[in-house]
Amino acid sequence: MSLSPHKPDSPNALIGRSVARPNAKRLLAGRGRYVTDIQLPRMLHAAFVRSPYAHANIVSIDTSCAATMRGVCLVATGEDLAKLCKPWVGTLDHFAGMKSPPQLPLAVGKVVWAGQAVVAVVAGTRAQAEDAIEHVAIEFEELEPVIDIDAARAIDATLINPDLGSNVAFHAKIESGNVEDAFRDAAAVIEKAYLFGRHTAVTLEPRAIIADYDPTEERLTVHHSTQTPYQFQDLYSRHYGLREARVRVVAPDVGGSFGMKLHVYHEDMAVVGLSIMSGRPVKFVADRIESFVSDIHARDHRIKARIAVEADGIIRGMDVDDVTAVGPFSTYPRTSVVEGNQVVRLIGAPYRFRNYRANLDVVFQNKVQTSQYRAVGHPIAFAVTEALVDSAARKLGIDPFEMRRRNIVTQDMYPYTSPTGYKFERLSHEACLDKLHALMDYPRLRREQAEFRRRGIHRGIGIAMFVEITNPSPAFYGVGGARISAQDGAVVKVTPSGEVHCLISVGEHGQGTETIVGQIIAEQLGIPMDAVRVFTGDTDITPHGGANWACRGAGIGGETALQAGRALKRNLLAVAAIILQARLEDLDMRDGEVVDAATGIPRISLAEIARICYFRSDTLPRDVTPQLSVAHHYSPKGYPFAFTNGVQACHVEVDVETGFVKILKVWVVEDCGRIINPMLVEEQVRGGVVQGLGAAFFEECLYSDNGQLRNGSLADYLVPMAGEMPDIEIAHVETPTLDTELGAKGCGEAGTAAASAAAMNAVNDAIAPLGVSVSQIPMTPQRLLRVLGYA
Amino acid sequence: MKARAFDYVRVSTIDDALAACARASGDFCYLAGGQSVVPSLSLRLQAPQLVIDISRIKEMRGIALIDGALRIGALTRHAEMLISPEIARHAPLLRLAAPHIAHPAIRNKGTIGGSIALADPAAEFPAVVLALDAELEIAGPDGRRRAKADGFFKGIYETGLEPGEILTAIIVPQFGENDRCAFDELARRHGDYALVGCAIQGRFAGNDVEAIRIAFLSAGPTQKRARNAEVVITGHRLSPKTIADAQSALELDLDPTEDEQTTATMRLHLARVLLGRVLGQFSCDSPRGGGRA
Ligand SMILES: Cc1cc2nc3c(=O)[nH]c(=O)nc-3n(C[C@H](O)[C@H](O)[C@H](O)COP(=O)(O)OP(=O)(O)OC[C@H]3O[C@@H](n4cnc5c(N)ncnc54)[C@H](O)[C@@H]3O)c2cc1C
Repeated sequence: MSLSPHKPDSPNALIGRSVARPNAKRLLAGRGRYVTDIQLPRMLHAAFVRSPYAHANIVSIDTSCAATMRGVCLVATGEDLAKLCKPWVGTLDHFAGMKSPPQLPLAVGKVVWAGQAVVAVVAGTRAQAEDAIEHVAIEFEELEPVIDIDAARAIDATLINPDLGSNVAFHAKIESGNVEDAFRDAAAVIEKAYLFGRHTAVTLEPRAIIADYDPTEERLTVHHSTQTPYQFQDLYSRHYGLREARVRVVAPDVGGSFGMKLHVYHEDMAVVGLSIMSGRPVKFVADRIESFVSDIHARDHRIKARIAVEADGIIRGMDVDDVTAVGPFSTYPRTSVVEGNQVVRLIGAPYRFRNYRANLDVVFQNKVQTSQYRAVGHPIAFAVTEALVDSAARKLGIDPFEMRRRNIVTQDMYPYTSPTGYKFERLSHEACLDKLHALMDYPRLRREQAEFRRRGIHRGIGIAMFVEITNPSPAFYGVGGARISAQDGAVVKVTPSGEVHCLISVGEHGQGTETIVGQIIAEQLGIPMDAVRVFTGDTDITPHGGANWACRGAGIGGETALQAGRALKRNLLAVAAIILQARLEDLDMRDGEVVDAATGIPRISLAEIARICYFRSDTLPRDVTPQLSVAHHYSPKGYPFAFTNGVQACHVEVDVETGFVKILKVWVVEDCGRIINPMLVEEQVRGGVVQGLGAAFFEECLYSDNGQLRNGSLADYLVPMAGEMPDIEIAHVETPTLDTELGAKGCGEAGTAAASAAAMNAVNDAIAPLGVSVSQIPMTPQRLLRVLGYA
Repeated sequence: MKARAFDYVRVSTIDDALAACARASGDFCYLAGGQSVVPSLSLRLQAPQLVIDISRIKEMRGIALIDGALRIGALTRHAEMLISPEIARHAPLLRLAAPHIAHPAIRNKGTIGGSIALADPAAEFPAVVLALDAELEIAGPDGRRRAKADGFFKGIYETGLEPGEILTAIIVPQFGENDRCAFDELARRHGDYALVGCAIQGRFAGNDVEAIRIAFLSAGPTQKRARNAEVVITGHRLSPKTIADAQSALELDLDPTEDEQTTATMRLHLARVLLGRVLGQFSCDSPRGGGRA
């Protein structure tokens, strides 16, 4: 029996191949089954009356008229739901000193952002519920809203949570080496302020939930468009006092998540309570406007940073001050401070300087909560790092590639611990830089750029390196007291005809998890892909696990599948050895057959083994009970995270009269360790890059001074669209992690991690001859025209 | 969001439409391509008691050359502008502008009549009909009438249509031997409403511009001709100096508004840059339907 890792040429090899997604045809044919598609008998629909104010006391609520309207079954206020639901607090123990107030499903006494749900109406149809919410009368008493980052920290600032004593949710400081010395008499010091706009995930399928409580069995079934059904099973059970084993959370097809669908939303919690109150299934599907005002937002950082360099370009140190505003409270259960924490810990990560200081302030404000969204913190950390590195290179007259080569952590330095404490097993900066240089034909682009400049055309080239946090161990949440699993589980079982079912805790929301799990299982068992069916996302059926967040599906879920597949293979070969009276070591599995390992000659098919085991166990020896189902769990040990790395380049043309930027091309070289499916990795990277370009040029949640979201529709909030997106060319370097058999790390956030950094460097490269630069994203025409001196 | 409940009636003649509106007891609206009305009903920005579907009225369809002018039925869809040979020959400016309107799915449904009747200040066709010196054919409770495009657009979503009146056709003077036209706009993404847009149609006499009509969209509360810029150019060759003078004149012509995307100053700046570029296209040697095809 062979347990060696991957032999790409071996007959079973599926790992490393661009296998097509088995579910693509079904989804493209419109046969997806999303929460919206689910119709349950006696199902009701919820709609919410939302706060028109960013900060106000609730003086009175009159629901009497709404309650009598056609189709209305239930009208519930914050007080009603507070009787059923235990409040939650979005703090974690490992963020020392962090504060956040208790939260409830609907506002009680006070509203803290415009769009907050205040009253729920449950009716026979969504239209009836919407008719009725127009007749709920709420009297508010407006309070001073805290909107601006600086205003939040002012001495006399209005307190959003008076019980907490200040608007500061969390403060952290990092100090390593000697920053004062590093900056004293450095050859060059560059200091800049960087601004990052708030933006949001905009999943194709919005948030959607159906809660179905059956009082006769005290059972709750929740159909939920979520990335983390197990986490929500735990939360619904604890906050509504239900037996955990009687709470079932099912994630059917999920149309995109990006980190947005793993947080507790007030409406979702409310819907569970509404189903308990009415004893009927209650559905809520956020429409696009509701999504904009209630989905988590992200980013919103203001960073002052400086870099000190030697004359030869060697970086001496960096010094960073990050203020980020997260909304009126910290999100539950993963908090709103992870992003800031990752920003200050990732800045400078590709480079080997040791003098580093960072200050982080996380403040409250009267806007919707922010929390983890694809690439959490990375885009900001690398935009700042790479802008500083480019500014220093420009000042010293050093080419950006050369500047990076002189400063990166090199092969001889691993394992390496960053000044902020991150442990890198092995990264591949040199190889990635070399590959990118060749891939984009850098010298030719520079020559071309010079020619264009002579003709008054402003093209720019931007480079950005990144490292990415993937495969998180319990160090991420578990140690902070969150009941969020870092392990995953799989059940693999053989059907009587020798096909295989795999029930696994990682989920599928468009990224291709089911495909790679199928590939891995099929390769272990030597069966074709289409003989494997993968089931995900049902807490009654699939084993408990962390599911999908922070790039863990392939690295941790994939390893779980691999180990489970191998365990099943051992069991199958053990029976085969008995049936064939052969030695287990001499057998292997290929093409659906147990074969002689040395010659490849088929001995018995998997179907025949299954037939014998299930229907003619009488023909087996008495003491043999074949185990054709295997349950297996895997938890990451070793390094707390598997860091990945890569480098991106962006090529743009800036129209200096209009401030419009044409994105000409993007190149990415990334290293996610073992590549299970190159096509899927590249799709992840491209999608990620597009989201990063969205942040760089288009996406921003704009607020008025009194805290109203001004662009909460897809006509006004600009998402990147195909017409504006460039070709994105991708190449790979493979440095598998040695912590697992599979060797895979994550790749889902790599594209987003540095795309906006490369874009900002490219724009600045284009406009550098005009003596100006930009340090704020998104880089809108308006902002570019301003730095270019118009207006 | 779901629309509030409303009554719906579909009519097949203009007279039936007018009769339906005469019978209506509460407020009502017409439905043509539905690309503006349906979203606005769903968002409950509008909640009429009655929706009168005029999209099947035969008299409001079709494109025909009659007495030296092109009659374009108000129900002509944006997508038809892109494929109609009559439009290409006799009113090429419409064809130049149409690809800038939204996306194919919307162009397949949206109608020119709807665009003009709605008068969104960022819509392309109102500017185009101004540049074309078009006339609008209107049917109302008091009979039929014609109105000049000039003066028809009065403000944000405000036109010369009286309550209940239906725009039935757009009459465009035939594109002449020495005519040229050009269109362009600055939009953040393909298909977005533009930050500013400019439509030009004019006649050359040799190298000089004999007559010119320049109309802007998204440069104020309504689509508007840049009359001072027109005066600067009329009778002159399009030299860099004439163009620069026309760009300066825009300050008097336009009354740009501020929004999430741009301040008023910047919009004026963009209008000037755009005018320079569209005049560049206009002056290029492109005998019929100049600019970008
Ligand atoms: C995503 C999106 C993007 C868009 N982008 C653009 C764009 O870039 N540029 C642009 O110009 N438009 C854009 N539109 C609007 C689109 O062009 C509409 O089709 C147009 O504005 C209205 O035409 P309609 O036939 O759909 O009218 P409807 O939506 O049916 O009606 C619009 C209004 O006009 C009235 N009306 C319609 N026809 C008549 C008539 N013949 N007589 C009297 N009143 C009438 C109706 O009562 C209603 O009040 C966009 C629309 C969408 C949904």
